[in-house]
Amino acid sequence: MPKKSYRQAINEAIRQEMRRDPNVIVLGEDVAGGQGSSGGPGKVGSVFGVLAGLYDEFGADRVLDTPITESAIIGTAGGAAMTGLRPIAEIMFADFVGVCFDQIYNQAAKFRYMFGGRAKTPLVIRTTIGAGFRAGAQHSQTLHPLFTMVPGLKVVMPANAYDAKGLMIEAIRDDDPVVFLESKLLYDSDGEVPDEPYRVPFGEANVLREGKDVTVIGTGFMVARAAQVAAELAKSGIQCEVIDPRTTSPFDEDTLIESVQKTGRLVVVDESPPRCGLAADISSIVAEKAFKALKAPIRKVTCPHTPVPFAPNLEDEYMPNPRRIEAAIREVLAA
Amino acid sequence: MAKNGGAAKASAKPQTLLGYYRDMLLIRRFEERAGQLYGMGLIGGFCHLYIGQEAVVVGMQAAMQPGDQVITGYRDHGHMLACGMEANGVMAELTGRAGGYSKGKGGSMHMFSREKNFFGGHGIVGAQVSLGTGIAFANRYRDNGAVCVAYFGDGAANQGQVYESFNMASLWKLPIVYVVENNQYAMGTSVQRSSSETHLHRRGASFNIPGEEVDGMDVLAVREAGARALKHARTGQGPMLLEMKTYRYRGHSMSDPAKYRTREEVDAVRQHSDPIERLKLRLMEDQVADEAALKEIDREVRAIVSASAEFAQSSPEPDASELMTDIYR
Repeated sequence: MPKKSYRQAINEAIRQEMRRDPNVIVLGEDVAGGQGSSGGPGKVGSVFGVLAGLYDEFGADRVLDTPITESAIIGTAGGAAMTGLRPIAEIMFADFVGVCFDQIYNQAAKFRYMFGGRAKTPLVIRTTIGAGFRAGAQHSQTLHPLFTMVPGLKVVMPANAYDAKGLMIEAIRDDDPVVFLESKLLYDSDGEVPDEPYRVPFGEANVLREGKDVTVIGTGFMVARAAQVAAELAKSGIQCEVIDPRTTSPFDEDTLIESVQKTGRLVVVDESPPRCGLAADISSIVAEKAFKALKAPIRKVTCPHTPVPFAPNLEDEYMPNPRRIEAAIREVLAA
Repeated sequence: MAKNGGAAKASAKPQTLLGYYRDMLLIRRFEERAGQLYGMGLIGGFCHLYIGQEAVVVGMQAAMQPGDQVITGYRDHGHMLACGMEANGVMAELTGRAGGYSKGKGGSMHMFSREKNFFGGHGIVGAQVSLGTGIAFANRYRDNGAVCVAYFGDGAANQGQVYESFNMASLWKLPIVYVVENNQYAMGTSVQRSSSETHLHRRGASFNIPGEEVDGMDVLAVREAGARALKHARTGQGPMLLEMKTYRYRGHSMSDPAKYRTREEVDAVRQHSDPIERLKLRLMEDQVADEAALKEIDREVRAIVSASAEFAQSSPEPDASELMTDIYR
């Protein structure tokens, strides 16, 4: 199977869906890029280059550079989606949703329910998440809990290139608003990605590694970190079961509960602050539904309750890192 | 606002004028009944009545073509009736019943009808302006010849995303008409106290969106201005902004005693500028209809409204299972 990067996988998914369905359009800041400049159109393809080449193939009608006005981007995309278009709107950094969150959680997410099933909003909001880029407090956050708590939104966190393509195709074909969270640190990671279009369903977790000693669950970039630690510990005979839920809404509870029933131990790795977050949510699900199976208290490995710091040494400590993940695993095993 | 009888004598066929009269009266009587049902405790929560502003939606609707879309804020009952949505379904939504347009899950502010090209009833001030811009974008993308009419109030005219939308719509020459219903009060705060530029039709100037001030109490003046604006948008010239000078007789919502203005102010508008009375005067002056004929229209309208009020009380509550439906596909 051909190897492609996470970035290429997303690009290919969007390209193939745009060829298949004329209702699919792309809009955002610099997504075509360079139009009217000496560089010429199609030279940027969004800030991380995910959309490179789409302008050249589909033109200015379907690949639209917008003003830097996030509310109008999401509002316009949401309104167009109500009429049956399938817009893919890009918010350059997840941090910027503060500007347009109303259009996401009060508008797009509510239409199907508050209009009694009469409206649908097939909208994909692509945005980037994650620290580790030395980008400071306002360009580094991982805000999936914010979206996951909103009924009506689906929230996707691809953790590898294969999933990124299949989940993007699924997102575009979905009739509900989908928030598609791309981990910046994964863009250059390679994986086997089939050339033909395929779908990865929402709400079905990926079990990366089976093990009997402890369940380790994480999302996005944290999946790779958890897997890396699990591989290390396997050398000393510790068998971790590593789970990637792929989507936080809907969330695959069954796979997680089944795993905890087997291992009796749970470590949740989550790149976001600890309060009211995904780690707390997952812990509460297991506490409610698999309490008797637990042989040790659940351990959460999260960011501290702070903004993302700039200095590299501070940022590296802010993110859940292999050292902290391993310590948590050893702690639940010792309990 | 022009005084009664001061309206420009725009031409219209007698039956057309009677149709406008009937449509405005239907909204008036519907809203009066909604106010009564609210007072009786049959409608809960918020209920924003449109009484006084009827000429705006009826005049605009008269200028629109089949396929044109409407989107508005939370003071939406009049817009829905003008779009041809059923009084029964609207009133039953106000009472939270299964027969309501949103099965009782939306309420007064949230109804939707693809069949009638009504894209909602939205509760966050100004948000519908961005959404309407997206509807217009889809029109242009499909090249379907339709124009979106996006209504908002003088309060929303100060919201940031309105101007983000103006910029985008003008940049992309989208087929949209922005209609500010300037009823003089944003909740309880007057335009003078909330707006640095009170001539709201000028608010599109820095986006190259032409604006026009319209007597929103004169259904024919609204229709004429609406036709001009719709033509502008439909012929690829981009958005246009209409400021409808109008007035709401009731409070912002049913829970608003409207202490921020005097009774005399409200009475003066009622006596001199009421859109229904003004048209009635013209119909009589031009001998299009006599008192008896107009009474007959009133009877017909009251019957529709009474039936809707009955339906809104007899329609069952939504089944308990509805709590968990329509969240996702």
